[in-house]
Amino acid sequence: MYKIAVLGDRDSIYGFAALGLDIHPVSLSDDVSEAATKLKELAESDYAVIYIIESLAEKLMSEIRSYNTVKLPAIIPIPGASGNTGLGMRMVKKSVEQAVGSDILFRE
Amino acid sequence: MAGKHVNPTRMELTNLKRKLVTAVRGHKLLKDKRDELMRQFLELVQENRRLRERVEEGIASANKNFVLARAVMQDETLKTAFLAPKQEVYLDTGEKNIMSVIIPQFTYKTRTSDPNDIYSYGYAFTSGDLDSAVKSLADILPDMLRLAEVEKACQMMAAEIEKTRRRVNALEHVMIPEMKENIKYITMKLDENERSTQVRLMKVKDMMLEQAHQYSKRYAAD
Repeated sequence: MYKIAVLGDRDSIYGFAALGLDIHPVSLSDDVSEAATKLKELAESDYAVIYIIESLAEKLMSEIRSYNTVKLPAIIPIPGASGNTGLGMRMVKKSVEQAVGSDILFRE
Repeated sequence: MAGKHVNPTRMELTNLKRKLVTAVRGHKLLKDKRDELMRQFLELVQENRRLRERVEEGIASANKNFVLARAVMQDETLKTAFLAPKQEVYLDTGEKNIMSVIIPQFTYKTRTSDPNDIYSYGYAFTSGDLDSAVKSLADILPDMLRLAEVEKACQMMAAEIEKTRRRVNALEHVMIPEMKENIKYITMKLDENERSTQVRLMKVKDMMLEQAHQYSKRYAAD
C-alpha cells in the first residue's frame, strides 16, 4: 500500500494534511540540501506520488529528472502559496519537445 | 563508401544479407512502435494539459481561502486544527503496458468513507474560510491523482519515444545503407574475382594450345 507525500514550505502545504496526505515541510531557503535529502528519502520509501511545490521543484530539477524514467514515484510539481511559476506547464511542454522534437501543443 | 573493412567472401556476403533482412524488419517494427506511441502520447499529453490547468486553478483558489483563514486565525489554532488528521489516503498501484512502456496506474482509497472526515477539527475556534479552503482542496484531489498518473505516463512515454526515434533513425540512415554498401562491395569484388579467374584460364588455355600445336611457328613458315 502506497502513500502520497507533499513537499514544500509549511504555508503552502499544511492544508493537504486535512485530506490525509503526508506533509513534509522544508524551508525554502537557498540551501536546498535539506530538501534534496528529504526528497531522496521520500522517493526511496513507500510513496507513489510526491507533490512538490514549484518554487522548490525549480531548485531540485536535476534530482527530479533522475526519477523521470522510473515507474515510481511520480514527482509532480504543484503551485504553492506564493503563486504559480508556470514550472508544471513547462515540464509538460518539455516532454512534448522531447517526444516530438518540437513543441506542437503549446504554440501560440 | 564502406564504413569498415569487410572480407569479400561468400560467407560474409550471406551473413550480411541475413543481417540486412533483420535490420529492415526491425526498422519497420520500430517505426510502427514509434507511430503508435506518438499517437497515444499526443492524446495523453492533451489530457495532461487540461488536468494541469484545472489543478493549478483549484489549488490557487484553495490557497486564496487559506490566506483568508490565516488572516483571522492564530497560528497556534491553525496548527492544532491540522495536528491530527482524521482522513488518510492510500494508493494502490497497478500497471499498464502501452507499447512495452510500463506506466503506473493509481487507485486511491480513503481510510474512512465519510467525505466530511476531511475536517479534522471542531468548528468552534476555526474560521469558516478554513472549511471552504479544505473543501476546495478535497474537491481537486481526484484530479490531482489523475494528473500524477497522466503526467508520469507522459514523461515515461516521452523518454521511450525519443529512444525509439533514435533507433529508427540509426537503422534507417546508418545501419541499413552501410550494409547495402557492403553487400554491393562484396558482390562486385566476387564478380571481379570471377572475371579475373576466367581471363586467366583462357590465357592458360591459349598457352597450352600454343605449346601443343606450335601455331605461331606453323603460320610463320607459311
